[in-house]
Order: sequence, then C-alpha cells, then structure tokens
Amino acid sequence: MNRKNDQVNDVILQTAAVIIFFIIIVFSINLFFAGHYSPGGGFIGGLMTAAALVLLLLAFDSKTLANVLPFDYRKMTALGLVIAMLTSLHSIFWDRPFLTHAYDKFDLPLLGEQTLHTAIAFDLGVYLVVIGVTMTIIQTIGESE
Amino acid sequence: MINLPIFPIVIPALAAIFLLFAPKQVRLQRGVALGALLVTFIVTVLLIFTVSQDGIMTVDLGNWPAPFSITLVSDMLSALLVATSTLLVFFIVWFATHYFSDAYESNYVYVAMLFLLVGVNGAFTTGDIFNLFVFFEVFLISSYVLIVLGGKGVQLRESIKYLLVNIIASALFVMAVALIYGTVGTLSLADLAQKIPLVENQSVITVIGVFFVIVFGLKGALVPLHYWLPGSYVVAPTPILAMFGALLTKVGVYSILRTYTLLFDGGSAFMQNFLIILAVLTIVIGMIGAIAYNDVKLIIIYNIMIAVGVILYGIALNTQTSLEGALYYLIHDMLIKAALFMLVGMMIGITKSGQLRDMGGLITRFPLFGWTFFIAALSLAGIPPLSGFFGKLLIVQGGVEEGSLFGPLLILLSSLFVLFSVIKIFLYGFWGEEKRVYDGPLVPYVNRLIVPTFLLVAVAVAYGFGAEAMHPFITQAIEPLVQPEIYIDAVIKE
Repeated sequence: MNRKNDQVNDVILQTAAVIIFFIIIVFSINLFFAGHYSPGGGFIGGLMTAAALVLLLLAFDSKTLANVLPFDYRKMTALGLVIAMLTSLHSIFWDRPFLTHAYDKFDLPLLGEQTLHTAIAFDLGVYLVVIGVTMTIIQTIGESE
Repeated sequence: MINLPIFPIVIPALAAIFLLFAPKQVRLQRGVALGALLVTFIVTVLLIFTVSQDGIMTVDLGNWPAPFSITLVSDMLSALLVATSTLLVFFIVWFATHYFSDAYESNYVYVAMLFLLVGVNGAFTTGDIFNLFVFFEVFLISSYVLIVLGGKGVQLRESIKYLLVNIIASALFVMAVALIYGTVGTLSLADLAQKIPLVENQSVITVIGVFFVIVFGLKGALVPLHYWLPGSYVVAPTPILAMFGALLTKVGVYSILRTYTLLFDGGSAFMQNFLIILAVLTIVIGMIGAIAYNDVKLIIIYNIMIAVGVILYGIALNTQTSLEGALYYLIHDMLIKAALFMLVGMMIGITKSGQLRDMGGLITRFPLFGWTFFIAALSLAGIPPLSGFFGKLLIVQGGVEEGSLFGPLLILLSSLFVLFSVIKIFLYGFWGEEKRVYDGPLVPYVNRLIVPTFLLVAVAVAYGFGAEAMHPFITQAIEPLVQPEIYIDAVIKE
C-alpha cells in the first residue's frame, strides 16, 4: 500500500479505513438480505457497498483500488441489468405474465431449510447496477483532469 | 402467447444491455441493433394482427389482478404507434450506421437509441400513470445522452436548457400524479377512468386535467410551452434529430390523447376550449416560424409544431371523425418528419451549411435524392394521393361537423404555409446553379444514405395509397377512445 504523495502520512486513516471497510461491507450485505422483511434491499445495500469502496478510494488512490478489486464497473452495471432482466423473463417460459416471481423451500447445507424467492435475484441485479453506476460516476469524475 | 405486448419493450432492452458489454466493436453494435429492431418490428406486426383478431390485449405484470398491478395494455392505438416507432428507429439506425464516424459510434450511441425506443414503446403500451412517468424518464434520459454526445460547445449549451426544461416538466408530472392519487386513490388508467366520475368535486379534476395538459404540453411543445424546442433540436446530429422530431413530441401528444379521452372527458367544455386554444396558437406560431427562417433544420422543426397543433385540434374536438383524422395524421407525421430530417441532414452534410443561400443545384448531381425530397415535401403538405391528405381531411371534416369554421380554415391555411416552406427548400436547395463544388465528408456516402431514406418515404407513400386498407385498423384504434368502457372492461376483468 504505497502512496505517490509521500509527504502526507495518513497511517491512521489508512489503518482505520481497512478495518471499517469490512464492517461497512458486512453491514451492506446485511441490508441487502434484510430487504424482504425489514428495511433494506438492493438499492440501499448497493449504495452502502459503493460507500465502502469510496472510503478505500479516499484513504488510498484509484490505482490501488483498481489493483485490489479489479472490476470493470461498466460491465458490472450491464451484468446487473442482465440478471434483473433474466429474472423478470423466466416467468414467460412457464406461460405466466412478465415479472411473475416464484419461490420454493430448499434444504441448504449449513443453513438448513430456507425459502428462496426469485425476487432476491432481481434485487441482486439492482445491487450490481447501483454499485456499477455509483463507482462509474465517481471514477469518471475523479480521473478527468 | 399472453406476453406478446411486452416484447416490443423487452427485445430492444435486451439488445441494448448486450451492447453495453462491447462498446468498441462497432460492427457488432450495428449488426445487433439492426437485427434486434427488425425482430421487434416483426413482433409488432404480429401484435397488430393479434389485436385486430382478438381485441385488446392486456398483461398484468407479476400476475397480480388488474388495478393492483401495472397493466400493459395493447389496444390497436398503442400497437399501431409501437409498430410505427419501431420501424422508424430501424430506418434511422440504418441511416446512422453510414452517417456516424466509428469513434462516435463506439460511445454507446446505439445503446442510447435502443433505450430511447424502450421508453417510447413502453409509454405507448403502459396502462398505469406512474409507469407512464417512468417510461417518460427512460426515453428522456436516453435523449439527454444523445443530445450531448459529441460534446460540441453548442450541444453543451442547448443540452443544459433541454435538461432544465424536462426536469421541471418531470417534477410537475410527479406533482400531477400525486394530486390525482390524492384525489382518486388509484394509479391504473382504467381504474381512474372508472372512479373519476364518482369524485364529488369535479372542479378539482378539471384542475388536474389542466395540470396534465401543461406537463404533456411541455413534452409535446405546445405554445406557450414550446420555447425550448427549436434551439435544442437544431444542435442534435441528423439521425438523433430525426428520432427526436419523429418520436418525442408525439409521445406527449399521445399522452394528451389518452388522458383526455379516458380520464378528463366528462363532457367538460372548459377542457375542450382550453385544448382548442392551445392547438390554434401552436399552429399559428409554427406557421410563422416555418416561413420566417432560411435554415433548413429550423424550417422542419417549426413544421413539427404545426403538425402537433393540427393533431391536438383533432384530439380536442373528440368526435369519431376528428379522432380518426388525428390518428391518421399522427402516424403519417411520425413517418414523414423522420424522413424529412434525414433528407435535410443530407443536404447539410453535402453543402456543409444549413442556410438555403449557400445551396443550389443539388438535383443535377443527386437526382434520386432530389425527387425523394420532392415527394416527401408534397406528402407533408397533404397533396391528395399522398399520406398527409386523409388525416387533415378527416380533421377538417370533424371541425366542420362541430359547426366550427375558424379551426378548419386555419388548418387548410397552415397546409399552404407548410407547402410553401418545404417547396422553398426544394427550389433553393435543389434547383438553380451549384454554388460551388460540393465535396463535404458525406458525399461518398450519399448513395448509401439515400436507401433507408427512400424506403422510409416509400413506406409513407404506401401508407397514403393504402389508406383504405388501414381504415379498419384506425377505426378499431378509435373505439376505446370514443367509448372508454371498452378499455376499462378489457383491463379490469370482473
């Protein structure tokens, strides 16, 4: 974790950012999964994840962030749209109207019996789009001189 | 197939999403965009025939019953408009593949064009007033991208104006939706149409109706809400301008048509007079603009306003005849305006100037181009066998049947002004001496650019000659507008 501008020594900021980053990420994932029964969901979860990435961007620089997390955020946006679209489209193969969701109970390893709903896949699409768009905006503005 | 009405929205959306993955591969972008649009058009033709056989098709999204879900409603009106806009975008994208440079094309231009079609098709199909707002935003945000793409100084200046006006209009739209939801308590168009007559205080409904006319008037450039239109449209590159001129204002007109006939009918003389005054003002200002300028783009842009005014006059009269005329004219105008913008864009590309005084003698070098323009010009003015005739005839007839003479006479006079303004372009641009050797960057492409333009004009001419064949479809499209019960019964199944 080397910084170009060696004049500034922000070891406290960087150490704190690394610890807080994981706390924010876990909180955002919690928000994402909470969506169905309590406040939360894909939008606020995605925004919170993007906030964690922005914290890394503030403490380090954009190159470091690109090295640690090599994502193309434009493709992430497109991937999110693909997931949301396919989730909405799957119902038409069962001759149901567009956007009809389905759910079932599954016996998952470790977690036991859980109900899985296709709305979570739609939310995952929203989550990815929100992260992708937020990070694209911030990176584009940050990198233009 | 119960999901047929969603495909004109979903197929361009899927293609646009796919194209997001490969912005730099220009050939792939062109191929996928054109292929998707062709498939979409075939689906819309299928949709038209299904609707003509089985009546209005509805899809309750998410399988929830009608007033509680978003309902997509494909009646003949929306099916015809969806087919027209898809066909237009197909020809415009075809034109754009030859018109744009590779560098320009690799900046997501086809993605934005496809998303614009998604928004327009969605706005024509939706049966829910808030969903209408969302689809408005889908095509508006795409149009913001398209108007600024290229980053020239004038584009940046005009896009700020365009953005400001449309953001204010969208905020007003949300307020209008909030008002109608607060008063009636539902957002589904069919449910609203059922419950609005039960509201005790009908004057509140009139206020909301005026509010909606202001919102859609800002989108559709009605006088006095038109001031943003000439400046914003004149800076857009030709294919983008063709899309805007043909589609965007017409969605505003369609929304007035739908809400006025379905929601704010109620026999209110105030609404009718209000719309007629707006229509007359729009025609007059459009006429003045069309003859005042010598800039070819501005002449056609002011012709948009004349057409919007004529269609709105037909809508305001709200009789069987005038609505048929308005719909005939709406489809004709979408086709011919796109063609004319493509044609004047080619003139500017060849002569490197938008001013008539810098042009001349184009017909000796480009005869097919010249005669295509001539036919398009006559068609725009409404010379009998061509497509602009029947719509105006029916609107004028509808006006006379209502006992009004001023409106019909003004529409006939406006035809004269339209003819004068486009023939002026023809005389100065195509006849006479060549002003200098035309060697613009577009000249090598003219033979390729003329193909989609010529085909689009041919479609418009066929639409005029096939008016008799179109008549049953138009009549069917008007039914739910004249008798809203048909629409309500189709959406809300007991």
